[in-house]
This record gives sequence, structure tokens and C-alpha cells, in this order.
Amino acid sequence: MPIYSKEIIKHFKNPKNVGKIKNSDGTGEAGNFLCGDIMTLYLKIGKNKKGEKIIRDVKFETMGCTVAIANTSLLTTMVKGKKLEDALKIKKEGLIKRLGQPLPPFKIHCSILAIDALKEAIYDYYLKNKLEIPEDLEKEHQRITKTKEELEKRYKGFQAFEKEILK
Amino acid sequence: MLKLIEFKNMRKEIYPHTKRGQVAEGDKISKASPRYGVGVYMDYAATTPVDPRVLKAMLPYFTKKFGNSVSLHSFGQEAKKALEKTRMIMAKAINAQNIEEIIFTSSATESNNLALKGIAFANKNKGKHIIISSIEHDCVLNSALWLEKQGFQVTKIKVDKQGLIAPKEVEKAIRKDTILVSIIHASNEIGTIQPIEKIGEICQRKGVYFHTDAAQSFGKIPIDVQKMKIDLLTASSHKIYGPKGAALLYIKKGTKIEPLLHGGGHEFGLRSSTVNIPAIIGFGKAIEICQKEIHPVKSSRGGISSKTKLFNGVKKESQRLTKLRDKLIKEILKKIPNSHLNGHPKKRLPNNANFWFSYVEGEAIIMNLDSYGIGVSTGSACSSEKLEPSHVLLACGLRPEQAHGSLRISLGRWTKEKDIDYVLEVLPKVVKRLREISPFKR
Repeated sequence: MPIYSKEIIKHFKNPKNVGKIKNSDGTGEAGNFLCGDIMTLYLKIGKNKKGEKIIRDVKFETMGCTVAIANTSLLTTMVKGKKLEDALKIKKEGLIKRLGQPLPPFKIHCSILAIDALKEAIYDYYLKNKLEIPEDLEKEHQRITKTKEELEKRYKGFQAFEKEILK
Repeated sequence: MLKLIEFKNMRKEIYPHTKRGQVAEGDKISKASPRYGVGVYMDYAATTPVDPRVLKAMLPYFTKKFGNSVSLHSFGQEAKKALEKTRMIMAKAINAQNIEEIIFTSSATESNNLALKGIAFANKNKGKHIIISSIEHDCVLNSALWLEKQGFQVTKIKVDKQGLIAPKEVEKAIRKDTILVSIIHASNEIGTIQPIEKIGEICQRKGVYFHTDAAQSFGKIPIDVQKMKIDLLTASSHKIYGPKGAALLYIKKGTKIEPLLHGGGHEFGLRSSTVNIPAIIGFGKAIEICQKEIHPVKSSRGGISSKTKLFNGVKKESQRLTKLRDKLIKEILKKIPNSHLNGHPKKRLPNNANFWFSYVEGEAIIMNLDSYGIGVSTGSACSSEKLEPSHVLLACGLRPEQAHGSLRISLGRWTKEKDIDYVLEVLPKVVKRLREISPFKR
């Protein structure tokens, strides 16, 4: 088999932390219909002994390819129990390294998407609780929103074409 | 004994998760009937295994009958004789008038490139307009796009939801300066068969060259270049149990065309290159076998007797495949909720089934099926850098997420009913599992 590493196959076949969290403290979405990968991440925030905020629980749902599913699963195992600031420090390189095999270039965006979903979820938490949002996170949020809007514009073109062909 | 152990180890290496029909996760699945190794191969539209009879016919031409077909001595003439016999088989297979109308090439991609670029450059004084469909194979599409960069104009004919072209649309698109119409005979992805004969008539009436890419349809459904008024036709060897690296281009006598390869003037000056004799011989044998399956014809020295139209008989094999295909389509649409058929329900290749499943992605289905030993293909080009799925499915009006969730299952000579049953057992589970992970499940 296969073109993917054992780690990817492991997470793909038995993904960890699949599902929804009802009344989650933060929810983040990333991806789009154009590339076919869409994921939602749910966070439950708690505090550790020192009183710092940590990710107490995390769940995800992904519609996407093998790597997208494996990536989100791996990311959730990495951030569970971590401090929020530390979770935000995870970079795509770190995630890819954990997958144990260099990814083909066009699959790298799957890792970026998973991290984006996490950032969006934490942003959502900050926003809901009216907390001060770190500057970096605000910038990232704006970047993600901008790409989403651009892709949605292109997506509308496809919807129009579908209507035309159905006539 | 040693060999058996070696084989078993090899099998473990290739499919670590499967033991002949058993599945790692402990799901109980009835025994599959794996052909060719341990897996159930259902991607015959991608390529086919070489038929052992074809291989046997090819072998002498590697070592004993190795001559170069343009050499004058008897070593060369022996090879030439075999080549010309093969040319005859091919000419008969598509009902060409002359055997000189068949040109051997290395691949369907090469044939299509030669057809488009060759016609374009030889006829640019007449006009610079080319018509293709919006569901062509990449090699036709990209050749046309390249020609566009060289100053030609390209019109793409739209298809309907089921991938069918309306011949009227072709007629409307033909202009005074149109030199070529190239329409795929049967789609490699969705399997829809186009009304080639009607389009051929229009092109003949308008005096425009008509090329069709029959790489997927040749050997599966009847083709008659005279009846269908085809000027150029592409057919490939490795889709009909012949070796890779062999294909043909039919060019009707009198057609103005420029070669892509210049050199020693092989193939009537249209394709210089020492001919890949073993592969071409194998292609010829593969065609002969297709014929026999169709019709109990004795293949004589010169191929088939002149009264027999080759692919009339594909019927036998194609009827068997159609029956299996229809069962597959019917059962999948019944067993998997929110599943949809791509392409035309009736006018489709006997061996092609193409679906899309809501809320899941095709590549994930494939990788999951692979762990069950099933080899199929996707219409989703999650691999393409544009991140956009197949242009064929999009042209049929599918939205990107729908096209991403599509799956092509193609059957062939070694597909048995129990293989279909195995897929019908596994696929619903796989789709269900992936939907459980998906945020869009209901």
C-alpha cells in the first residue's frame, strides 16, 4: 500500500477525538468546498493547577482526504491538555514532522487547514468571553477569513453554472 | 514450497492489512475472489493486466525475431511481415478501407497529440479554429490549450448533466475557418458514449476533419470508421489487455497532416522512430482476443476474414459486463443513502460505473477501500495543485464538493460476480465510517 506513512494510516483508520462537544467553549472551522476538505474543531477550556488556561477537551469532524483526517486527529492529540499559548505555537512543520514522512507539496495545505481550524476555535473562545485577543491571532483570523471570502466568491461561479446546466 | 512462502511474504508486504478477504479491524467479511495477487482490481479504465496469451505472442519478438522492420535483410523482413499483419488486424477492427491508414504510436496521448497538432499545422492556411468538448481527456484538452497559445482558437462544446453532447451544438459551433472537431468517443471518467455517428455526419457535410479519442471505447463497443464518418481515431493497447507503450492513430487516406517526429520516415513518414515491435504485436494479439470473445471467428493469417466486422461481437463480453455493472449501480444506489450516479444511465461503457457520495471525499474512500484490498479510482483531483476536482465532473454541472466525493469503479475481463458482491459489502461500510467523521452527516 501505500503512499502514506504508518502514522498517517494509523490516524486515518482510527482517528482520535472524533465527534462534537455540546456547549463547546470555542468552535473553529477551516477549509472549503473547492479543495474538498472541511473541518470543524470543538474546544472545552479548563484551568491547570497553576490557574493557567488549558485545552481540557477537544473534538473534531472532518470531511476530507486521508491526510486531512489524519492531520486533524493528530493535532487534537497534540493539543489536549496544553496551555492555550502553547497550542497556538504549533506550526505546520511540527505537524508534518510528526506524520513521519515528507508530504507531497499539494497535501501540505491539509496541515495548514487543521492548524487554522484550531486557531479559529481559540479565537472564538477569546471572542465569546470578551478576552483580549493576541495581535498574532487577530492577524491570522483576518487572513483565514479573507481566503474564505475569496474562495466563496469562486464557489458562487460553480453554483451559477450548475443552475445553467440544469435548465 | 519455498516459492509459496515467498509469495505469502510478498502478499503481506503489499497488503499488510488483508489476509485474502479478511480485514484488519475485525469486521467479518466474506471471502473475496481476488484476481491478480490478493486484491480485487476494479480500475480497468486506468489500465489492464496483459493477457497471458498476449504476452506469449510478444515474447519471440524480444529475442528471436528481433529485426528492425525497415531493414532489408530477412531478419528485418520477418519483423516487417508481422507488423503488417498486425496493421491488417487493426484496419479490420475499425473497418478501415486501407491498411496504410493505421499508424503505430506509443500511447493514446501521442496519437491525440499527433491528431490535434498535426491537423492544426497542416491546415492552418485554411483556418485556425478547433472544436473540442468540455469533457475531453487531459491530453486532448492540453494539446488544444497549447495550440491556443500558438494562435489557434478553441471552442469547447458543453455537455448536459449526464455528460452528453448535442450534435446540434457542434453544428452551431462550426465556422468557416474551423479545421478540426475532436470529440471523445466514450468518457474515461463517467463512461458516457457520445453520438459519434451524428457528429461525424455533420463534420463530413461541413467539410471539417473529425477526430475521436476511442482509447476507452475501442474493444468494448462497436467502432466503424466508415459508417461513423471518422477521419482520425485514437485507440490504445493497455486498455484492452495489451502491453503499455502501444497505440494507434487511424488517419483516413487523403487527410492533410504534419508529423510531430521527423527522422527516418517510418510509418509512411508520419511517425519516425524504430517501431516498438513486441508491443505492437501484443496490441494486435489483444485485439484478436477481444474479437474471439465477441464472436467465434477463426482468426486467419491475415487477421479476420473480410466479412466479419470485428467489434460486432464484443457483445458477448460486453453483455456480461453490462449485467455486472447494472447490478453494481443498482445495489450501490440502494444500499448507500445519498449516493448518486455520474454519467448517463444507459449510454455508458459496459464496464464503467461512477458515483458521488454526499458528505465524504473520494480520496479517503479509495485509501480506505485499498486497505480492504479493493483498487478503484477517483474523480477527485485532490492531488492537483489548483485543488479543483476533475474538469469532466465540473463540466457535468457537479459542484466541487460533489465532484470531490466521487468514485470510479471500472470492471474488466477478470471481474466476477463475487467481486461485485465483495465491493457491495465493503463500500457501504467505508462510506458510513467516513460520514461519521464528517461534519455534514445527518
